[in-house]
Amino acid sequence: MSTTEVAKPVLPVLQDYAPIVGEPEILELRELACRLAGRHVKMVNSTAVGGGVAEILNRLVPLMEEVKVPTHWEVITGGEKFFHVTKAFHNALHGAPYDAAPDWFETFLATNEENRRRMHFDEDFIVIHDPQPVALIAERNSGPQRWVWRCHIDLSNPSPQVWGFLKPWVERYDASLFSSPQFTRGLRIPQYLFYPTIDPLADKNRDLDDEFVRSVLQRFQVDPARPILTQISRFDRLKDPLGVIRAYRLVKKYEDCQLVLAGGSATDDPEGAAVLAEVEAAAAGDPDIHILNLPPWSHVEINALQRGSTIVIQKSLKEGFGLTVSEALWKKKPIVASAVGGIPSQVIHKLTGMLVHSVEGTAYQIRFLLANPAFAKVLGENGHQHVKGHFLVTHNLKRYLVLFLILLQGD
Amino acid sequence: MNYFMREDKPISGTVTAALEAKRAEQPFQFMAASYLIRIGAEPVQTLADFAKSLRNCPQASIFYHTFQSLEAHHYTSFSSDFAQWALTACNEAALAEQLAIVDLRDIVSLEDLRGILADIVLNYLKEHPQAADRRAFESFYFCEAREVTVPSGLPAWTLAELAEGIRHLGHQSLHYHFINSRLRLQLKTNDFSFWIEHSLNHSWLAARLNRIDFYNDTLDDLRQDLLAILEPQETL
Repeated sequence: MSTTEVAKPVLPVLQDYAPIVGEPEILELRELACRLAGRHVKMVNSTAVGGGVAEILNRLVPLMEEVKVPTHWEVITGGEKFFHVTKAFHNALHGAPYDAAPDWFETFLATNEENRRRMHFDEDFIVIHDPQPVALIAERNSGPQRWVWRCHIDLSNPSPQVWGFLKPWVERYDASLFSSPQFTRGLRIPQYLFYPTIDPLADKNRDLDDEFVRSVLQRFQVDPARPILTQISRFDRLKDPLGVIRAYRLVKKYEDCQLVLAGGSATDDPEGAAVLAEVEAAAAGDPDIHILNLPPWSHVEINALQRGSTIVIQKSLKEGFGLTVSEALWKKKPIVASAVGGIPSQVIHKLTGMLVHSVEGTAYQIRFLLANPAFAKVLGENGHQHVKGHFLVTHNLKRYLVLFLILLQGD
Repeated sequence: MNYFMREDKPISGTVTAALEAKRAEQPFQFMAASYLIRIGAEPVQTLADFAKSLRNCPQASIFYHTFQSLEAHHYTSFSSDFAQWALTACNEAALAEQLAIVDLRDIVSLEDLRGILADIVLNYLKEHPQAADRRAFESFYFCEAREVTVPSGLPAWTLAELAEGIRHLGHQSLHYHFINSRLRLQLKTNDFSFWIEHSLNHSWLAARLNRIDFYNDTLDDLRQDLLAILEPQETL
């Protein structure tokens, strides 16, 4: 199959996943969905493009529609100050210091209130993603609606100030969903494990032929003949792009390799430009470091960069789940990734990839894999099977269907 | 390989075309099973706390971390979550091996299983008291699986229809019928063997299926093993 067309393909339908996950899984998804016939769902998050949540919803929502569980996805609106506050919340929930102005909580609640008044909540199930829209739960009444809070971030070490503010809102929901047990906070409401997932048929993950991959590398002036180390992530300090450059420089002493740092910025991340400038300054003067600030629609290019890489890196300091890890594993790439957030759920050390804890460890494992390509290949094969078993969009669809059925039963 | 050519298997113990078509007294109803994992609120960080929680955690957690985990693990050293945590988070390999070797096929009660596992940890900590309060590399979260089942597909009246249904079972449903069923039935058997024995009156075939080692198979391997036994043997 030739898959080099860059034009946007028609969205896959559920049956298209049968060759990947098996016909039985597809049949069972339809059986489950039948039990929810007539029920409606609303998904709410804070950005329509950029970042893992938007990507997940972009694929999940059409599949929910297809199995006749009508799902409406809405994005909250907010001004620059609101997103500045929520970015500070995001960092603080990941353990960074919280240096707030006195009115930030008010700003947060006021924007939530504006959105609550603007939106309608007529569905049977309301799924609110992440902290930004968490206070929409104020709309909840005593009716039969079920409200679910989906947390995509690592709450293992949150700022007490920010979490103390958010927790009472969260505990008004019927259930909470976390990407890893380690992210939970001992809530009084049920806490469920929901791995994020990738779409194997999306532009970002579908098969590409080698010629197209080479053409993309050449377009970005990356040499396909020499080892390519790649980190795909938005320009965010928590992704530690400067640490990746330091690790690359340690490897470069021994291997004639190149580094690709490719990503963009989400619309809800005001720090992206500043981080990009820092990264460009750190890379200045080295023609083998390729900083690619890509627009949000560059899915095929990202796919090609991952497929063309010798090793994929994800050296995050904090991570929600790290969908870029799943993407690389799906492409059978050996990966060196930090043991943070949801990454250990995906990278089982020495079996599906290499887990690291420092710049030095990252450099060491990259050197090891470059010197042992046969072992690196086995890691990639195992990683592909691991993703196939747990982290595909069909799994996500199933988890939501099961969740809704359980909520109807009264958990 | 023909499973039935070995000397210890009577040649009459095969699925012939006639047997494959024999109609059962009662049909087998396939179920589509799906699970959602609920995470407990109180993680443990030491083996001493783990031992206490093993005694007190819900039965559903014992089930999840032993039986349910058989569905997921193909890369880790042990299929039991308890054993895997003892190894990777506590660095207690001998304890991990003792927890892993408990054979679920011999157990029909979760309370029995809880007692066996708790005794193993307790005895280990008596012999290695220094391990009791050492902080684990990562916490252990007791989880449990919430199960949703719905009838799926046409009922099977014959072995041929049973095999066809197994071919179309999802992974979690296969796990439900072959592994989880052991506790549901409170017997050392699985749904398929139970039906074959009681509705088709073929004890030898029921036993043959029940001898499949689900510990070392992936669920796809398990499906192939089941089908290899259920398909008629034409040339003996």
